[in-house]
Amino acid sequence: MPDQPEPLESYEEGRAIAPTGAGGASDLATAEGETLEQSPSAASGGRAPGGPLGTGTDKKPRSLWSDAWRDLRRNPIFIISSLVILFLVVISIWPQLIASGDPLDCDLSKAQEGSQPGHPFGFNGQGCDVYTRTVYGARTSVTVGVLATLGVAVLGSILGGLAGFFGGAWDGVLSRITDVFFAIPVVLGGLVLLSVVTSSTVWPVIGFMVLLGWPQLSRIARGSVITAKQNDYVQAARALGASNSRMMLRHITPNAIAPVIVVATIALGTYIALEATLSYLGVGLKPPTVSWGIDISSASQYIRNAPHMLLWPAGALAITVLAFIMLGDAVRDALDPKLR
Amino acid sequence: MGRYVIRRLLQMIPVFFGATLLIFLMVNVMGDPIAGLCGDRQCDPATAAQLEKEFGLDKPVWQQYLTYMGNVFTGDFGTAFNGQPVTELMASAFPVTIRLTIVAIFFEIVIGITLGVVTGLKRGRPVDTSVLLLTLVVLSVPTFVTGLLVQLLLGVKWGWIKPAVSPEATFSELIVPGLVLASVSLAYVTRLTRTSIAENKRADYVRTAVAKGLPRRRVISRHLLRNSLIPVVTFIGADVGALMGGAIVTERIFNIHGVGYQLYQGIVRQNTQTVVGFVTILVLVFLLANLLVDLLYAVLDPRIRYA
Amino acid sequence: MRGATHAKWAALATAVALAATACGGDDSGGGSGADGIVSSSWGDPQNPLEPANTNEVQGGKVLSMIFRGLKQYDPKTGEAKDMLAEKIDTTDSTNFTITVKDGWTFSNGEKVTAKSFVDAWNYGAHLKNNQKNAYFFGQIEGYDQVHPEKGEPTAETMSGLKVTGPQTFTVKLTQKFSTWPITLGYAAFSPLPQAFYTDHAAWLSKPIGNGPYTVDSYSKGSQMALKRWDGYPGADKAQNGGITLKVYTDNNTAYTDLTAGNLDLVDDVPASQLKNVQADLGDRYINVPAGIIQTLSFPFYDPAWNKPGQEKLRQGLSMAIDRNQITETIFQKTRTPAVDWTSPVLGEEGGFKDICGDFCKYDAAEAKKLVAEGGGIPGGTMKISYNADTGSHKEWVDAVCNSINRALGNNKACVGNPVGTFADFRNQVTQSKMDGPFRAGWQMDYPLIQNFLQPLYFTNASSNDGKYSDPEFDKLVNEANAEADTAKAIGLFQQAEEVLRDDMGAIPLWYQNGSAGYSERVSNVSLNPFSVPVYDQIKVN
Repeated sequence: MPDQPEPLESYEEGRAIAPTGAGGASDLATAEGETLEQSPSAASGGRAPGGPLGTGTDKKPRSLWSDAWRDLRRNPIFIISSLVILFLVVISIWPQLIASGDPLDCDLSKAQEGSQPGHPFGFNGQGCDVYTRTVYGARTSVTVGVLATLGVAVLGSILGGLAGFFGGAWDGVLSRITDVFFAIPVVLGGLVLLSVVTSSTVWPVIGFMVLLGWPQLSRIARGSVITAKQNDYVQAARALGASNSRMMLRHITPNAIAPVIVVATIALGTYIALEATLSYLGVGLKPPTVSWGIDISSASQYIRNAPHMLLWPAGALAITVLAFIMLGDAVRDALDPKLR
Repeated sequence: MGRYVIRRLLQMIPVFFGATLLIFLMVNVMGDPIAGLCGDRQCDPATAAQLEKEFGLDKPVWQQYLTYMGNVFTGDFGTAFNGQPVTELMASAFPVTIRLTIVAIFFEIVIGITLGVVTGLKRGRPVDTSVLLLTLVVLSVPTFVTGLLVQLLLGVKWGWIKPAVSPEATFSELIVPGLVLASVSLAYVTRLTRTSIAENKRADYVRTAVAKGLPRRRVISRHLLRNSLIPVVTFIGADVGALMGGAIVTERIFNIHGVGYQLYQGIVRQNTQTVVGFVTILVLVFLLANLLVDLLYAVLDPRIRYA
Repeated sequence: MRGATHAKWAALATAVALAATACGGDDSGGGSGADGIVSSSWGDPQNPLEPANTNEVQGGKVLSMIFRGLKQYDPKTGEAKDMLAEKIDTTDSTNFTITVKDGWTFSNGEKVTAKSFVDAWNYGAHLKNNQKNAYFFGQIEGYDQVHPEKGEPTAETMSGLKVTGPQTFTVKLTQKFSTWPITLGYAAFSPLPQAFYTDHAAWLSKPIGNGPYTVDSYSKGSQMALKRWDGYPGADKAQNGGITLKVYTDNNTAYTDLTAGNLDLVDDVPASQLKNVQADLGDRYINVPAGIIQTLSFPFYDPAWNKPGQEKLRQGLSMAIDRNQITETIFQKTRTPAVDWTSPVLGEEGGFKDICGDFCKYDAAEAKKLVAEGGGIPGGTMKISYNADTGSHKEWVDAVCNSINRALGNNKACVGNPVGTFADFRNQVTQSKMDGPFRAGWQMDYPLIQNFLQPLYFTNASSNDGKYSDPEFDKLVNEANAEADTAKAIGLFQQAEEVLRDDMGAIPLWYQNGSAGYSERVSNVSLNPFSVPVYDQIKVN
C-alpha cells in the first residue's frame, strides 16, 4: 500500500482540540488512555454514562429487522441456501433416512477400494463405506461447525463490539485479554484443556473452539464498530440523545455486522476442519464418533492413491460452507440500507 | 499520539506476565515430561529424580516460574532437553519463520486484496463465482493436502522447486510454502475485502468522487479501497501471530525449521522452557502487531483519533 | 477456473525457476566413487549425544558411525562378533576378564585402552551424570553404590570393574549371566576418550570417537556432516567419503526429497507412501526384519482385568485380530504377523519359534467363544490406548478394533483411545493408570531372547508395564540365565515363553521391519537388525 500520503499530524490536531471540547468524554479518554476517541466536535455532551433522556422516538413504520426479513424471503439465494441447510439438519437428525448401512461396519479387505454397486463412494482406508460415513458424519460436523461459529460470533462480537463502542478502560482490558488468548497455541491449548476432559461428546470440543476462537472475531467486531461509530448518522443519533443500547442495536450493529458475518461463515468451515486437527492430536472426538473432519484427516495421507476417500467428505464440507456463506451474504445484503 | 503509543507499550508488561504465567501453568498441567525421555521403557527412578532436579521440576510451580522469569531477564531462556540453549533455538527458528510470514502476508495483501476488489466490484459476475468456488476448495481441502500436492507436482513431477527447504530457508525457497500457508487466510482477506468494497461502493463519498469526474482508478484506490480496508487490516494484523506460531503443518511438509515446528516439538515433548520462551516472543509480536493495526485505523479513517 | 489456476502457477513457476537457478548447487553432496558423500535423512536426537545417554534410533545412527565397542553385531545375522575385544574369558559366568586389542586409537590419536572402557562405564553408571541408559551397567557389582535407588551415591566407581593391565580389565557381575558378553555390542558400552571428561561441552558439540567416521561439522537441529576417518584401524572401513545427516521435520518430506533426487537415503519410509514405493523407487527399496515387536499389554493391576479365567478372554482377543490382513493392508507388509514374543532376527538358534500357534491366528468363531468363556470384555467396551503424537498408531489401533468388533459381532466392543503426547502416555503407563489394553513396543538392545522376555514380563522388571507376574515364568527365566550352555538356556527361555502364552500375558501383534529407500547414486545399502542403516558399507556409484 504505497499510497498513504496522509500525514499523522491529524492526531496531534485531535489532541490539541480535545481539551477544549466539553467535559467528560475527553477526561475519560486521557484518564483511561488508549481509547479510540471520536472527533471532539461530536463527542461533546450526550455521551455521559447513563445520559439518555427517554428514547421514545420509535416511529414504527417498519423496523430494520422486519424490513430485512421481507427482503430475505424474496431472495432466491437465501431460499436455496436455507433449503441446503435444512437438508443438512434433517440428515443430521435422521441419517438413516438416506443411508442404510452402519458407519462402524468396516471390512479391512475392502480398504481403499473405489466405487462399486451398493457403495457409490467406495471405501476408506479401514474398509468402511464412505457414503455411509459421509452421511453419518454430518451430525457431528454440522453441530460442531454451527455451534462453535455461533458461540464465537456471539461472544466475540459482543465483547469486541463493547470494546470498540465504549473504548477506554473497557477496550484496554478486553483487548489485552484478547492478546493473551491469541498467544495460546492451539496445539498446546488442545492438549492441555481437552486431554483432561474424558467426556466423548462434542461439547468440550465446541467449548474449546469458542474459547480460542472468540479473540479473532472480537478484534474484527471491534474494528468495525470503531469505524461505524464515526458515521454521521451515529453522531447525529448521539446528538439527539439516543441511548447507548439504541445506538448500538439500531445504528451500529447493522453497519458493523458485515465483516463479522463474513469471518464467521468462513470460520465455520475452518472449525469443522479444526475438529479434525484436534482428533489428529488425540484430544478431539474419539473413534466411535463419525465426522467429516476425522475422515478428511485420515484420507489426507492417501491422497496419491485413493483421492476418492478425501473427495466426498471434503465435498460435503464445501457444500455446507457454501450454504452458510450464501446465507451470510443474503443476510448482509438484507441488512444493508444502502442497497435499498 | 506519542503518549498513546507509550501507554500501549506499558500495557504490554502485565500482558507479558499474564501470558507467560498462563503458558507456564498450561505446560505444567500436562504432567511429568521425564517419562517421555526414556522411550518405550520406564526411566529408572533414580535417574528420573536426578533429571527432575536438574531441570528444576522438583520445585513447586510458582518457584519454577519465578526462577524462570528471573533467568529470562538475564537473557537466559533455559535449555531444551537435548541440551541446546533455547536462545540458540530461537535464533535459528525466528528468522526463518519471519521470512515465511512476510511471504505469506505479502500474498495475502497482494492476491487477497486484488481478488477482493475485483469480486467486490463485480458481484455476481462469473469472476465472483469462480473466486467463491476457489475459496470453497481452499477451505475444504486441508492445508496438509494442498501442501503435499503442490510439493509433489512442483517439486517432484515438474521439478520447478526443491521439495524440501534448506536450513538457510531463503526468500525464494519460501515462495511456495508461503503461498500454501497463506491459502486459508487468503480466503478470509478476499471475502472481507469483497464485502467491504461492495458495501462502500454506494457510499456518498464514492458517488461524490465519481460525480466530481475523478478517474475510476483513483476513486477505487483512494476513496473506495481505503475506506474498506479496516476489517482487512484488522484480520491481517491478527493473522501475523497466527501465521508465525501456527505454521506447524506447512513447516513440517516443507521441512522448514521454524517457530511452528520447534513449538510443536516443545509441546509434545512437554519442554516448558522451549514452549514458554517461544510463546513469550510470540506474545510480544501479537502486541506489536495489534498496536500497529490500531495506529493504521487512524491512517485509514482520519475520523478516528487517538487521545 | 482451471485456466486461472494455470496462469497463476505459470507466473509463480517463472519466479521460482529464476530463484532455483540462482542458488544452483546440488545439495546431495559432491563427488562419486570412494570419496562420494552420502546424504541421509535424520531426526533431531532427543538427548545429548553421549553413548550411555542415547536411547533412540536418531542418536544411535551417529553413535554407530563414530564408535566401535568390544563387540559388534553383524549387520546381517545380528551375531555378536569381537571388535575391540581380543578375548573375553569367564569360568563361572560371573567374573569376566576382558582383553582389549592393541593398536586402536580414537580419532584424536589417543590410544584406546582398558581404562577408556572402565572410565566410560563408570561415567555411564554414575547417577550424577544423568545417563538414561545407566541401567545397562546394573548387572555390574557396585552399581548400587554409584546409582542408588534413593539418596546420594556412596561411591565414585563401580567395585566390579578393575583395570589389571594397560589392555586388560576384569568385570564382576552380581549374579550369573552367561550371555553377558553379547550385550557388549550396545553403544552404551563404547569407550570414551579423555577429551570427553576434560572438555565436555566441546566434545558434545563435536563428538570424538573411535569409529570409521569422524564428525566434521555439527549444527544442532539441522545437519551433521561426517567424514571418513582414514586412520581407522578396523576392518570395516568406510566405503564412501562421508555421510551428511540432514534433519527433516517429517519423514514424508524426506521421502519426497528422495524421489526428487535431493537425498540419497531415507531409512524410515512413511506408511502412507508404502503403496508408491514400487513406482517411485523400484528395487531401490529394502524391507528387512528388525528386532522390534509390537504387542498389546494388559493392565494386570486393574482388578477388572485381573480375574481368574481371563486368560481365555485375552486369548480370544488375540484370535480376533486378523494380523495378516492388517499387516498387508495398513502396513503394506512392513510388519510380519507375530508368532511368538521375540523376533525373527534372533533366528532359530537364537530362540525364535512359533510358540503362539493357533492363539495368534485369526478365527472369529473361536475368538467369540473364548471371549465369552473368559467372562466377556470388562465393562462391555474396551479402549486400546496409544499416543497420538508419534508413530501413526491410530491406523492400526482402529484396524485392530474393527477386526475385534467384526469377530465379536459387536461394534462397541473395542475403540481406540488416543493420548495426546508420548510423555503423557508413558506417565499413564508407568503410574499404572490404564483401564484397558494399551500398545507396547519393544526394540531389542542386543539380539538375545533374554532381552525380549526378562525386561518385559519378569515380575517388577523395568519395562513390565502391565505388571504381569507369574512365579513359574520368573523361575524359568532365572534358571535360563544361570545356564552356561547356550542351547539349553534358550530352551528354558522358550519354556518361559510357553507360560506367557498360556496366560496370554500380552498379545503379540507383529514384528516391525526396517524399511529404507535410496537414490540411484548409491548402492550396497542395508539395514542392521536395529533398523539403522549400515552407513560404512554404502557405495557411491
